Amino acid sequence: MKTDILIAGVGGQGQILASRLIATAAIIEGCHVRTGETIGMSQRGGSVVSHVRIGGESMAATVPFGKADLIIGFELCETVRNIKRLSENGRLIVNTQIINPVTVSLGIEKYDAAAMRDALKKATDSIIMLDAYSVAGQAGSVKAANVVLIGAAAGSGYLPLSRDSLVEAIRRVIPQRFHEINCKAFESGYRLAGYIKC
Amino acid sequence: MIKLLMGNEAIALGAINAGVHVVSGYPGTPSTEILETVAKYNDGSIYVEWSVNEKTAMEIAAGAAYSGARAMVTMKQVGLNVASDPLMSLSYIGVKGGMVIVVADDPGPISSQTEQDTRHFAKFANLPVLDPSTPEEAYEMVQYAFDLSEQAGLPVILRPSTRICHACSSIDVSGDRKRLAPSGFEKDPRWVIFPQLSYRRHIEIEKLQASLSRTFSKSGFNSVSGEGKLGIAASGIAWAYACDVIRDLGINVRTFKVGTPYPFPEELAESFLEGLDSVLVLEELDSVVEEALIAIAGTHGLKVRILGKKSGNTPCAGEFSYEIVHRAISDFAGLSHDEKPYPYMSRLPSRPPVLCAGCPHRASFYAVKKAMRGQKAVFTGDIGCYTLGNAKPLNMVDTCLCMGASIGVAQGIKRVEPETKLFAFIGDSTFFHTGIPGVVNAVYNQTDITVVVLDNRTTAMTGHQPHPGTGKTMMGNESEKVDIEAVLKAIGVKWVRKINPFDHENAVAAVREAAGIKGVSAIIFEAPCIALFRKPEALTVDADKCRACGLCVREIGCPAMALDESGKVGIEPSTCYACGLCSSICPFGAIGGNAS
Repeated sequence: MKTDILIAGVGGQGQILASRLIATAAIIEGCHVRTGETIGMSQRGGSVVSHVRIGGESMAATVPFGKADLIIGFELCETVRNIKRLSENGRLIVNTQIINPVTVSLGIEKYDAAAMRDALKKATDSIIMLDAYSVAGQAGSVKAANVVLIGAAAGSGYLPLSRDSLVEAIRRVIPQRFHEINCKAFESGYRLAGYIKC
Repeated sequence: MIKLLMGNEAIALGAINAGVHVVSGYPGTPSTEILETVAKYNDGSIYVEWSVNEKTAMEIAAGAAYSGARAMVTMKQVGLNVASDPLMSLSYIGVKGGMVIVVADDPGPISSQTEQDTRHFAKFANLPVLDPSTPEEAYEMVQYAFDLSEQAGLPVILRPSTRICHACSSIDVSGDRKRLAPSGFEKDPRWVIFPQLSYRRHIEIEKLQASLSRTFSKSGFNSVSGEGKLGIAASGIAWAYACDVIRDLGINVRTFKVGTPYPFPEELAESFLEGLDSVLVLEELDSVVEEALIAIAGTHGLKVRILGKKSGNTPCAGEFSYEIVHRAISDFAGLSHDEKPYPYMSRLPSRPPVLCAGCPHRASFYAVKKAMRGQKAVFTGDIGCYTLGNAKPLNMVDTCLCMGASIGVAQGIKRVEPETKLFAFIGDSTFFHTGIPGVVNAVYNQTDITVVVLDNRTTAMTGHQPHPGTGKTMMGNESEKVDIEAVLKAIGVKWVRKINPFDHENAVAAVREAAGIKGVSAIIFEAPCIALFRKPEALTVDADKCRACGLCVREIGCPAMALDESGKVGIEPSTCYACGLCSSICPFGAIGGNAS
């Protein structure tokens, strides 16, 4: 089944690992997959996106505007920045965490979080917002917020990959000493999304 | 076996399968992971090295290929400028073992100084170039490139662009690895370039171009398909976008996929152009395919309109996207395309990349800035993470040109503005790459500049590769650490200071002293990149002591710091590296904790 996914966030939040996990799970399920990443200068705290295209219909790895079935937003402003890629029936998983760009800290620009949340709600009814940073912290490390969000995407049914494949992907991609924390983070996100959706 | 591979990993595994024996290169986005992947999968039978720069890397691969081994050299597009001297002569000398030059282009540009097109370089140097459209094609192409190199006796350029290098695809990597024994170096006048030899070889190379063009017309990397009066020709990632758009629009056109832009597959191109009314050419960077088609149409008197960059049908700069290609093809096919307005927020705060929290470069820049406050000074910069020192609030990079240029540019400015203090900032890896000759020049010509080496013990921007100062090699050996201080002293720099930039007061004092030195002075700011050690406990703010002056945020712009609604500073514990720069400038002693 064709699924185009976009992961949007700030360099350093673990988007590349997240896209690797989703892609690996897709391969486990026998699907062709492409991913496209931002690597290099923009990784240093800049805006970054990862594209994951499951299903093998397209040759290019970048998800076009209006074609993403799912956007997993790792940070509020970065989700809004990429909302134009969401399809008409697209769905959103959004981390409500705010990371102020230095331009905002210096008072050069404004970060209007309320307007951003409104923009996202206008974009789709299929939206789950959660504080993945805190959830990951409770699971053992705020660094696992990326895996919390993947768990939420799977638990809400927005990401059409099975829980087993994703857990297996965590085991294959992440070093063993971090398995426990990441599995816990995944389960927390999975359960929380199911709960929010009800 | 199906594996998820990045384009760069696919190129590396393809080269290993093809029996590569020697791999050299210099890191540069988007090419870096190729060599790293060869090293990762090396069973010890392949020699892999990060060379000091691309010129040296090219020469190492050439020497290996002279000796009958299969060799690969990797770099980014601007790296080929550095390696262009050996490259141009190498096409005259030729090779024995297959030699593949992987040059990654960066349309956008996303992480580069220029949008130069390596396909031009291939044409300039009379070397065949392969242009993959997907990571899986890059995997096939690199293996073919070794065979082709040996057949033609020439190095072959593989030119993936960012969207190929950094895209992943599920790729079948089964297949046997070739085990080849190099024949060894045989002494022969053919390896010594002299004018007479060059003249003779030039004639042979020109003949070879024609025969390579015929070979490429039959190559599976080029293809013509579909029917109609309209034609679409595309190369590289633009071909992938074109396929997706043609499918989505459901139009019938004749297509020409160009996987070998030079020597251009002329016979196949003629069959493509035959009977067409007009052709749209889709290619990033320069109009290489477009010009080749215009030349063929002209030579054969074909009445076909060739549209592309020259006609304004496609953008002349920046990278392509599905949307750009969709618009160009829709216009070309006479289809309307309504672009939906997005009724969401249009004004969002920008988020440019910044120096990491805890980055020693921030402390180095800040020390120089503070020491030079009130004095006329120019700060020339170079290529690396520290180019980000140009951003507010540091504003400490006045020029940036190319690798090593900080030192040369500083000398030129000094010659025009003798009263201005000149500081040339250069990273450790860049110092070794092309910085040293500039320092020799300054000493020789007695130019008063201060060279500031930002030594963070790694090649940070490209993902932490070792270099001659680290004493680590890609073969896993420990080697002699080339000592930057000793190099500077040996060159004749009389005043050299090594200092930790986080030792703020002493760092500022050292800068003031350096600025007063006659001749060349040098400061080596030594502190490791934060990626090289485990993150310590974050610093904390004593809210009672913080007077909400905002000085810390305004002065150093650390991304781990933000002001709350009351104007007091807060520190994000997951990103703070406890470097202590903020606590050393806080006038109220409000920031503390585990200061390093």
